[in-house]
Amino acid sequence: MLLDSLFNGVAIGSVLLVAALGLAIVFGLMGVINLAHGELMMLGAYTTYVTQLIFKLPLLKPYYNSYVIVSIFFAFIVSGVVGILLEKTVIRKLYGSPLETLLATWGVSLILQQFVRSVPLAYGTGLVISLIIGLFLPSVFSLKIKESINFKYVKFSSWIFAALAGVLSGNLISSSVSKLSRASARNVDVTAPAWMRGQVEILGTAFPKTRLMIIIITLISVIAITLFLNQSAWGMRIRAVTQNREMSDCLGISTEKVDVLTFGIGSGLAGVAGVAVSLLGSVGPNVGGNYIVGCFMVVVLGGVGNLLGTIFASFGIGIMTDLIGAGRLLTIWPDMPLPLSNTINFFATTSMARVMIFALIVIFLQFKPTGLFPQKGRMVES
Amino acid sequence: MEFKNLKLSKKTTFVIWVLIIAFIIAAPSILPVFRLNLLGRYLSLAIVALGVDLIWGFTGLLSLGQGIFFALGGYCAAMYLQITSSSEFPNNIPEFFGLYGVDNLPFFWEPFRSPIFSLFAIWVIPALVAGILGFLVFRNRIKGVYFSILTQAALLVFFNFFNGQQKLINGTNGLKTDVTQLFGQMVGSESIQRMFFWFTALLVIAAWFFSKWVVKGRFGNILIGIRDDEPRVRFTGYNPVLFKTIIFSIAGGLAGISGALYTVQSGIVSPQFMTVPFSIEMVIWVAVGGRGTLLGAILGAVLINYAKSLVSEALPASWMFIQGGLFILVVTALPEGVLGWVQGEGPRNLLQKFGLKRKIETYPSLEIKNETEGLKNE
Repeated sequence: MLLDSLFNGVAIGSVLLVAALGLAIVFGLMGVINLAHGELMMLGAYTTYVTQLIFKLPLLKPYYNSYVIVSIFFAFIVSGVVGILLEKTVIRKLYGSPLETLLATWGVSLILQQFVRSVPLAYGTGLVISLIIGLFLPSVFSLKIKESINFKYVKFSSWIFAALAGVLSGNLISSSVSKLSRASARNVDVTAPAWMRGQVEILGTAFPKTRLMIIIITLISVIAITLFLNQSAWGMRIRAVTQNREMSDCLGISTEKVDVLTFGIGSGLAGVAGVAVSLLGSVGPNVGGNYIVGCFMVVVLGGVGNLLGTIFASFGIGIMTDLIGAGRLLTIWPDMPLPLSNTINFFATTSMARVMIFALIVIFLQFKPTGLFPQKGRMVES
Repeated sequence: MEFKNLKLSKKTTFVIWVLIIAFIIAAPSILPVFRLNLLGRYLSLAIVALGVDLIWGFTGLLSLGQGIFFALGGYCAAMYLQITSSSEFPNNIPEFFGLYGVDNLPFFWEPFRSPIFSLFAIWVIPALVAGILGFLVFRNRIKGVYFSILTQAALLVFFNFFNGQQKLINGTNGLKTDVTQLFGQMVGSESIQRMFFWFTALLVIAAWFFSKWVVKGRFGNILIGIRDDEPRVRFTGYNPVLFKTIIFSIAGGLAGISGALYTVQSGIVSPQFMTVPFSIEMVIWVAVGGRGTLLGAILGAVLINYAKSLVSEALPASWMFIQGGLFILVVTALPEGVLGWVQGEGPRNLLQKFGLKRKIETYPSLEIKNETEGLKNE
């Protein structure tokens, strides 16, 4: 009973965690809240859908069962590349004015939503492929070519090559998978492969396998990102810039590169979250909006610049949501006084649970305005 | 009328006012009913835009939750209209209660039988809610992006609440007002709608003068001080919490009035007024018009909504692209908004670019923001 409740809470919390992780890292580093984060999740979810359909082609049919694993990598790359593009074109210009960034990213989210509605997914895939090639092809050339004067021609020609590849692959996909060749605003469904359907029994309680899978995805993402931030050279640079941007800049860290990298990783994590979300329900252009405010709550509650805060906050919110939303307190303590049980019944729906949790967070912020694990500092304003 | 670099003489100002008033009086006879109704709605949205301008343009608080107060005002108006025209329904309560098997009026509906209470409730309740919410947030020095996302979360919470409570306020269906009675006539009828149009236009002008009065003088200076450097204001001995709470609740009240006017002209209030996109749209009206210029908020609200309805009629899918582009464009290329651009150096720079105007030779000056200059002139 208690285990069941805990598991449900952890399952809700792990979706929140993987979604909020990217948001929190970017917010910690750049002070930027990315309102398009939900739409990057949506892109990840659609990537899963496209991958699934492509794996149904005769050539890849034998490997169909592994498509979820493959789509995690694809989703990371797709959302990451879109995020890098976003950083390079819009966010970089607005550095230092977070409120303006908020509005601009909202604009981006509108465009992404409408893009998914009115552009056939096959051509969308083609566009993403050309973006990936265009952004990364110049960087594979050796240092010698890069330093020569003609490097901009190399860049230019690689973009032409990228455009060609995009158009070709878009055409190829749209001719081979008919479902992707027409634009539609309707929701699509991702069906889990056979090995992920059904339930597992642990300690006498049945757990759905998809939920377990999401918890595993979250666990791997958290471990990977922690290792990256704490063990790698670039992770150290990211942490340095998070702590003190000016000083890191003076010490020769390219803050520009760190920004792009962090934004790319944060967006990529949104894509991974999108895979998780696609396993839970149908995927539509608005799917990100359902999760984004939960992520904001996690960031507000968890505080900035500390992954531990994000982890605690998302599991806390997840467990509370389950506890309130399913009215579990009532089943644990059946004969409580009537007015109390009436109140609990009143809040015992998913939407009312959100109302309650928001109230609790506002009350919590009265005592700890900077979240669970605030950054220590002596600034007047932080 | 005064602009930063552009002062109109008394005569011109007078002529402009006469033109505006003449247009308002004549509008019902020259515009088709459908367009008049749209114009009336958009004018009522201008009032909430004025509120957004007060808190964002002048005080630097970006609220993404003005829809809460907008909808609360709308609900107050709709509850009054529903309850006064419910005499023919069973139990003397609005019709929708019958659908959910509710026999007794929920307690909070009772006071709305009184027209005077309702008239006050339309702006006092939103202002109170804004004041309490604002105080709880400002007290802890939560600001900037944190404030924005907290208001957005609050918006979603209110949306969930209103959306889920069928038995209290008809949930997701909302409350209809166009078939209710006012002064013995249907609210949706043409004559009442015309009255509402004039009333709205009058209130927009009143709200404009009120907002101008609010940002004038010391109170306005402190607001601008909070926007530009809040710690310094605090160290000077003022309590920013108080000023922020007051201005936030003023904006809430304005949003309530706006919501009530919008509701009676569109014929329904529903939780759709509290969706996230609608509240962010309010910010973009102000951003495009020019934040910190009250006139810009009004023009932005009316013109963008008109453009929206025209574009959506012609090409339904493209409005989202245009709107998204507008958000990006306005913050990257035109941060002062259209009116700010016109009032500032914009036109001169443009003319210089085409070689139509001579460059003014000046010494390179220190970068001093003269945002407060417009207020000193008054």
